[in-house]
Amino acid sequence: MTSFITEITAPDGHKVSLNTGLFINNEFVAGAHTIDTINPATGEVITSVQAAEAEQVNLAVDAAHKAFYGGWKTSNPRERARLMRKLADLVERDAEDLVHLESMDNGKPLSNSRMMDPVGFVEHLQYYAGFCDKLHGKVIETKGKLSYTVHEPIGVCGGIIPWNVPMMMLAWKIAPAVCTGNTVVVKTSELTPLSALKIAELVKEAGFPPGVINIITGYGPKAGEALSRHMKVSKIAFTGSLATGRAIMKAAAETNLKKVTLELGGKSPSIIFDDVESVDEVVFWAHMGIFFNAGQACCAGTRLYVQEGIYDTFVEKFKALTLSKKVGDPFAADTFQGPQISETQFKRVMNYIDIGKKEGATCYLGGERIGSQGYFIEPTIFTDVGADMTIMKEEIFGPVVVISKFKDIDDVIAKANDTTYGLAAGVFTSNISRAVKVSNALEAGTIWVNHYYSASAAEPFGGYKQSGIGRECGEYALSNYTQVKAVKINIGL
Amino acid sequence: MVQPDLQTVRLSNGKEITVHTQLFINNEFVPGHGPLIETINPATEEVICSVHSADKQDVDAAVNAAATCFKDTWRKVAPAEKARLIHKLADLMERDRDELATLDALDNGKAFTVARDVDITDSIACYRYFAGWADKIHGKTIDTTFDKLCYTRHEALGVVGAVIPWNYPTMMAAWKFAPALAAGNCIVMKTSEITPLPAYKFAALVKEAGFPAGVVNIITGYGHTTGSFLGSHPLVSKMAFTGSTATGRKIMESSSSSNLKKLQLELGGKSAQIVCADADLDKAAEWSCGGIFNNHGQSCNAGSRILVHESVHDQFLELFIKHTKAMIKIGDPFDEDTFQGPQISKGQFEKILNYIEIGKKEGAIVSYGGKRWGNKGYYIEPTVFTNCHNQMRVMREEIFGPVVVIAKFKTIEEAIDIANDSDYGLAGGVYTTDLDTAITVTNEVKTGTMWVNCFDVFDQSTPFGGYKQSGFGKELGKYALQEYTQVKVVKILRSSKI
Repeated sequence: MTSFITEITAPDGHKVSLNTGLFINNEFVAGAHTIDTINPATGEVITSVQAAEAEQVNLAVDAAHKAFYGGWKTSNPRERARLMRKLADLVERDAEDLVHLESMDNGKPLSNSRMMDPVGFVEHLQYYAGFCDKLHGKVIETKGKLSYTVHEPIGVCGGIIPWNVPMMMLAWKIAPAVCTGNTVVVKTSELTPLSALKIAELVKEAGFPPGVINIITGYGPKAGEALSRHMKVSKIAFTGSLATGRAIMKAAAETNLKKVTLELGGKSPSIIFDDVESVDEVVFWAHMGIFFNAGQACCAGTRLYVQEGIYDTFVEKFKALTLSKKVGDPFAADTFQGPQISETQFKRVMNYIDIGKKEGATCYLGGERIGSQGYFIEPTIFTDVGADMTIMKEEIFGPVVVISKFKDIDDVIAKANDTTYGLAAGVFTSNISRAVKVSNALEAGTIWVNHYYSASAAEPFGGYKQSGIGRECGEYALSNYTQVKAVKINIGL
Repeated sequence: MVQPDLQTVRLSNGKEITVHTQLFINNEFVPGHGPLIETINPATEEVICSVHSADKQDVDAAVNAAATCFKDTWRKVAPAEKARLIHKLADLMERDRDELATLDALDNGKAFTVARDVDITDSIACYRYFAGWADKIHGKTIDTTFDKLCYTRHEALGVVGAVIPWNYPTMMAAWKFAPALAAGNCIVMKTSEITPLPAYKFAALVKEAGFPAGVVNIITGYGHTTGSFLGSHPLVSKMAFTGSTATGRKIMESSSSSNLKKLQLELGGKSAQIVCADADLDKAAEWSCGGIFNNHGQSCNAGSRILVHESVHDQFLELFIKHTKAMIKIGDPFDEDTFQGPQISKGQFEKILNYIEIGKKEGAIVSYGGKRWGNKGYYIEPTVFTNCHNQMRVMREEIFGPVVVIAKFKTIEEAIDIANDSDYGLAGGVYTTDLDTAITVTNEVKTGTMWVNCFDVFDQSTPFGGYKQSGFGKELGKYALQEYTQVKVVKILRSSKI
């Protein structure tokens, strides 16, 4: 049998052994073709991985289907919990391997990945492991009957995840599904397949039965499409662009009406009032909110509305903080911002910057490529941006922020809500009434007050409007992965 | 000369183990100011060793340690970190499973195999279950008027006092510690002075797991002294008690005259197992046998009354005695095939033998057993009384030993009435193949747990606690969290000017 095991050497010399096959039924198998995965800091190929098309997706779904009906559906919840905790322990053990892969594949600074990714993955697994034996239905009193509900698993759940935070996205799709007794087939992004392949090894080592967790990669139009249209997949969870989200919803509608949850894009506003206690603190959060991960976050705070009383001070301090942060080699210890993920994304972001300039906005800072190797873009600030300009309305998914001035609270709320998106928002004020009023008024799934970007396995996350359908994280995610059966026993009708 | 903490103890198989004997306060083993109390091996009637007991100043020290820790440290620890610590504790219990089981068997007299496979195993599962709740204790937001933001928080109580009995030393501790810790409280637990050893071993694991000092404090002493000091302490926000109804009343009284601390009482029972004419009689006999004789009858939820439909009484009795003979091997707790060890103490032993005499005097017939077993150790034969009726003392009063009383019934309604004719309401069971009978009986019998076609089956997820004078409050399951939290509602009124 062909071996797909390879050794990858990171820029700092750290070596990771990796199996690049498709992880189906606890084995690494061949794909229909291979895909080269690029290091976006250098533009060079890291390695090539096996990629799935419809035939391999079928194999994976069949394995998951067999595993579901072959015992996972009726498994002891505490055994599921034990396996999930074991996987978390193994991820902790192999954290260094994982962050090296993640940083090379995605371009995020190594120090970032080290701080966030294994911890976040482990937290998610541990959180949902704790839920396995706590899935309660209800008894509902009615006349003449014993009526109760049971929350059953759905079956084979498909997950399609993006390239911006690969490990975390994998955890979000696996943990709640497996906790509730489902089996999964996750298609990773073909741009960032590596960390998931290492985790696949750990899934097998942890002792999950074959077919419970399957991890494959492939192109969206081939592998993703096959998964979305598969008649034996009972649910699909997607994180990515609005355009692909629409396609997935359409595919579900045209096939077996599989349950769909979507976590899509955003153009999240932050409203900064002049009564904030410390402008420096607000600048810190707002800066993190846009330039972290090179602006490649669905909930990035891409529009800043600053009240006129502190506007000048804010912009000046924001610019200073931005200039103080280093953009460069992900493996350098003092790097804050790495490259964009790919040439395609790089061109897309540069194009938006171009459009911004052409439509008459002021490019207050940045706006240019850095260097000639790798996909590095200067952190960019636009001001004097009209409400109808392209860069005010469309998701750029790069290190580009729009800063506007406002005077009146009701007016700025209206502007903040004037978007088809509704993923997140920030509110900065020291006045409690203002904080509550604005939080109530903003049409978004997460409102951060006096900070940005906090997240945990326990707090739900998801969008209003065209930012998506459904919530991930927290107890809320469980309802995505269970179906309710009502049982009514006649005892005196 | 203060008795050192570590003492060496010899087991019946010649093996020696080391035990802790001092009070565990603020992550340290410290001498107590109460009298040294001898703990007896009920299989041999010999002293195992002496342990330190707590007097008022020790109780104060423990409560203050817990209060300080709560205020300065524990309430600021993130829920997920609390969960991690509890899982670590469970890991260590898994590592030291045999040692913990040895102490339970030595101090309590239960079979080592039962201690290991039931008590310790279920205790570990209890800690893991509640660890999973630590970061899932949710308040609500509640819509009232548009100008208000209203939400609830389910906050920890602070310092929780717990008084536990001797019948399942490690497990009773787990049922109190696990939800209390998950909900964010600090605890002072008084173990039974009859079985103090297992919890002190557990205390060493608490420290090893990395819990901050003062989160878990374990002391022992007499109920009327140590227990009373704890129950009346003004800094203790809640008392969780498992034990006799008589002591439960005292704890309630002491709360009412001190600081109105919240209470949870898990008291006695006289649970009825109802065997219907259409039951699978052999299975019913097997389950109901375990239902009374598990743990030597020393369970609050023991199915100590069996009500059998008159048409199947004789057949059932024959099967019951058959299963009793097959299941109940009496012997040394450390013998591999022992099912039943000795009763816990001389006092209990005499009390049970006295009830057997009372039963005979009342006209009940001893159909099996009825006397002491052997001549060393507090062993009593599994005992079956027949020809009973529900006004007999042996049908109404909790015996807490391996004595079952069997009565006949004619109709299901009568059986339900007899089952309910008790001041207790802890548990009960019904054996039937008919769906309607099962639902009707479980709906009508006034107890906190009803088993159908089984008995004494526990799970960490399902709540346990009594109706009527069997107590109030629930242990286990999500319900237990309510006992260890208090609800605060916050209502923020927005200024109309903004």
